Amino acid sequence: MDAALWAFGRGTGVVSLVALTVTVLLGILTRSGRPLPGLPRFSITLVHRNVALVACAFVVLHVVLLFFDSFAQLTVLDFVVPFFGSFLPFWQGLGTVAVDLLIAIIVTALLRNRLGLRTFRVVHWLTYALWPIALAHAIGNGTDGTSVWFLWLAGLSTLAVLAAVAWRVSARFVEFRSVRTGQLS
Amino acid sequence: MTNSPQPEPAALLHIDWTRCDGRGLCTELLPELLARDEWGYPLARTGSAAGSAAERSDIAIPPALRGAAADAVALCPRQALKLTSR
Repeated sequence: MDAALWAFGRGTGVVSLVALTVTVLLGILTRSGRPLPGLPRFSITLVHRNVALVACAFVVLHVVLLFFDSFAQLTVLDFVVPFFGSFLPFWQGLGTVAVDLLIAIIVTALLRNRLGLRTFRVVHWLTYALWPIALAHAIGNGTDGTSVWFLWLAGLSTLAVLAAVAWRVSARFVEFRSVRTGQLS
Repeated sequence: MTNSPQPEPAALLHIDWTRCDGRGLCTELLPELLARDEWGYPLARTGSAAGSAAERSDIAIPPALRGAAADAVALCPRQALKLTSR
């Protein structure tokens, strides 16, 4: 039973990270205002939201399964207050920080149309902190965190996110950029 | 409010131009009603291109498109859309 919980705890953690990476990439993509081949703009937004909720479900599984695991020795405090863990408190604490950020981001995203754009966006920007913190937690705390396949996964995910951010801040990001910057004569 | 002999459409889709950034989600969800201008902003298909500001900012929604209009309001990334009634 302990071995099963431990395996599920690790597996759900890896799936959470992959789902979070896809969410971040889709979120950056949808901000550009462009559709994907075969995926219209509103679908990118909806898939972004749904993959984010899948990620949350796996984060919940990850945390709850490890709570009942005898190796991890989590307490209820560790769910929300970082850096008090008994095993690798720093790296586990990063996971707690990520969960706290995730709660804030999800709640404000679900209430977006009531909160107004500015509050939503300021909190949503925290995703740029959440993702690297979650990745660091996975590498530092995970049993498989420093195994070769996981480092490949982490490296490729980092490259993908960095490429998306580089595109995001580049001048060619926004749709209709050529007209909107305007060739004023 | 108006005394027009034509039955008025129940709903209007109001576009807040101070918020709209022409991201194109509403034009995908309501292609029957909205086209995109050359900068990507939504443009009502009904009425003349040089229509009044009211015509361009408050688009009549036929009952069949109420659902799509509600989706557009919910999904607009700039929260620039609102469903109102006349």
